[in-house]
Amino acid sequence: MKTYVARRLLALVPTLFFASLIVFVTVRLIPGDVIDLMLSQNDVSASKLTRDQLVAALGLDRPMWEQYGRWMGGILFRGDFGQSLWQSVPVSELLLARMPVTLELGLLALIVALIVAIPIGVYSAIRQDTTGDYIARSFSILMLAVPSFWTGTMVMVFPSIWWGWSPEVRFVPFTENPIQNLKQMILPAIILGTALSAVSMRLTRTMMLEVLRQDYIRTAWAKGLSERLVVARHALRNALIPVVTLIGVQAPLLIGGAVIMEQIFVIPGMGLLLLDAVYQRDYPIITGVFLVVGVAIMLLNLVIDLSYGLLDPRVRYR
Amino acid sequence: MTATSPAAVSTAGAEVLAQRRNRALAKFMGNPAALFGATLVLVFVVLAVFASWIAPYEPNKTNFIMLRKAPSAMHWLGTDEIGRDILSRLIHGGIASLYAGVVSVFIALFVGMPIGLVAGWFGGWLDAIISRATDALLAVPFLILAIALAAALGPSLTNAMIAIGLSQVPIFVRLTRGQVLAVKTEDFVEGARAVGVPNSLILLRHITPNIFAPIVVQATLTVATAIIAEASLSFLGLGQQPPAPSWGSMLNTAKNYMDSAPWMSISPGIAIVLVVLGFNLLGDGLRDALDPREQ
Repeated sequence: MKTYVARRLLALVPTLFFASLIVFVTVRLIPGDVIDLMLSQNDVSASKLTRDQLVAALGLDRPMWEQYGRWMGGILFRGDFGQSLWQSVPVSELLLARMPVTLELGLLALIVALIVAIPIGVYSAIRQDTTGDYIARSFSILMLAVPSFWTGTMVMVFPSIWWGWSPEVRFVPFTENPIQNLKQMILPAIILGTALSAVSMRLTRTMMLEVLRQDYIRTAWAKGLSERLVVARHALRNALIPVVTLIGVQAPLLIGGAVIMEQIFVIPGMGLLLLDAVYQRDYPIITGVFLVVGVAIMLLNLVIDLSYGLLDPRVRYR
Repeated sequence: MTATSPAAVSTAGAEVLAQRRNRALAKFMGNPAALFGATLVLVFVVLAVFASWIAPYEPNKTNFIMLRKAPSAMHWLGTDEIGRDILSRLIHGGIASLYAGVVSVFIALFVGMPIGLVAGWFGGWLDAIISRATDALLAVPFLILAIALAAALGPSLTNAMIAIGLSQVPIFVRLTRGQVLAVKTEDFVEGARAVGVPNSLILLRHITPNIFAPIVVQATLTVATAIIAEASLSFLGLGQQPPAPSWGSMLNTAKNYMDSAPWMSISPGIAIVLVVLGFNLLGDGLRDALDPREQ
C-alpha cells in the first residue's frame, strides 16, 4: 500500500510539470498587454512608472523560460505563487482566502448530487422498466441537457416575481455565520448538484442492474433475505465502486460549474477570482488558480483510487 | 500458406464494415428516443440554415416603441431591452450555437485523433509524453481551460470555438489511443503489417475505419457539451459579441432585466435544452446502434 501511494505520487510529478507548463504558456499568449491595460486605465501604481520600469518590475522583460523557472521555483520552495499584477497582494493569500468557499460549494453540490443520484438510480434498477424507472431515466436525460447557468438565472427570476423572494447576494463566510452562509450556498449547490446527478444516476442504475444479475444476489434472495438487505448490503456496495470513480471524473465539471454559479450568485470563490483575473489579464492569479485546481483534482483522484480498498476488500494495491 | 495481398485484406474489411453499417442503421431506426433526438437536431439545423427566411424580423432591428414587450401575436416570444424580436434572435442565435458546437468538435477531432493514433500505434516514450500531457489537460476543468483560452485569444465566437475545440482535444486523444490499442493486435492489422503495408496506410485504411464508431458517438455527445460551453462562454461575455445574437449572450443580457422582462430569459434556455437533448439522444442512439457488443 505504501509503495503504491509513493509510486502514484511520483507519477503525478510529470503530469504536474506538463500541467504547469501548459498553463504558464497559455496564459502568456493573452493578447493586449497587461502593461497597456494598466497604463491606459491610469492605474495609480502605473502612472508613476514608465513602461519599461513597469515591465521590469513585473518581471515580464525576461525570457519566458526564465519567468517559468522563477515562478515554479517560487511555488516549490517558498509556496510563493507571485504577486497579483493589480492588487499588489501575494496570489497565495488570495487563493487561500477563496479556496474554502469554492471547496464548500463543490462539496455541498457533490452531497446533493449523491443524495439525488444514488436512491433514484437504485430505485430505477430494482424497478426496471416500470413507470417509475422511465420517469427517473427521462429526468436524468433532461438534466443532462439543462445548463446550470440557465437554472441559476431562472431561480433568480421567478421566486422573486412570484413570491417577492430573491437569494441573498451579500456573502457571509461560514466561520462568521454558518446558518446564513448555508442559506446562501444551498441554492447554487442544489442547482449544480442536480445537474451533476444525471450521469451518476445513470451509472448507478447500470451498475445495479449488472450486480443484481450476479449469482451471489440470487443466493441472497434464495436465503430469504428481505429486499432491503439484498439491495443495501449485497448489491449497492458492489455497484458503487464505479460511481465513486465517476466522482473523480466529474470533479472538473463540478469546479467548472462552480465558476458560473459563483458568477450568478456573487459568491467570492476561486471562480470569481479567476473570471476577474481573466478580464484584467492578471497572469499570476490565472496560473495560480489553474495549478491549484489541477493539483486538487489529481489528488482527489488518488484518494478515490485508495478508497476502493475500503469499499471492496478484494482490491489489493501493488 | 497462401499469401494475402493488401487489396484482398481491405476488400474483406470493406464487406464486414458494410454489413455492420446495415445492422446499425436498422437498430438506430428502431429506437424511438434516438429518432426523436435526430428529429430535434434536424429541426434546429433547418431553422439555422433557413434563418433569414423563417425569422419574422431582422434579428438586430431595434424598435424603440416596443421595448421589453411581453409575448404577443406580433412578437411571439416578446421583445428585448432595445425592442428586438426575441423569436428572430433565437432563430439566428441557433446558427452561432450549432456552428460553435460542430466546428469546435471538428477542431478537437482533427487535433486529437492524429495525436491519439500516433500515441496508440507507436507507443514507447512518445506515448508516455502524450499520455502525461493528456492527463494534465484532463485535470484542468474543461470550462476553466476554455475561459482562459477564450480570454487569451480575445472574446469572439471564432475564438470561443477554438478554445472549446482545444479544450476537448484530450478526450479524443485518450479515446483514439485506447481504441488503437484494442484494434492494433487484431489479425487483420497484423496481416497488413506482415505484407509490408506502411504505417501511415495501416493507420489510415485499417485502423481508422475500425475505431470510427466510438469516435462518432463521442463526437455527437461532445457537440452537446460544446453547445453548452459556447452558451456558457457567451453568458460570461467571452463568446459571441453583441449585437450578433447567441443564446448564451441573450441570457447574459436577460439577467439584467429579470424583474421587468422575465420572458427574455426563458426562450434561449429552452432552445439550449432542446438542442442539447437532441444531440444527447442522438449520441446515445448511435452508441447503442454501433456498439459491437450490442449486436
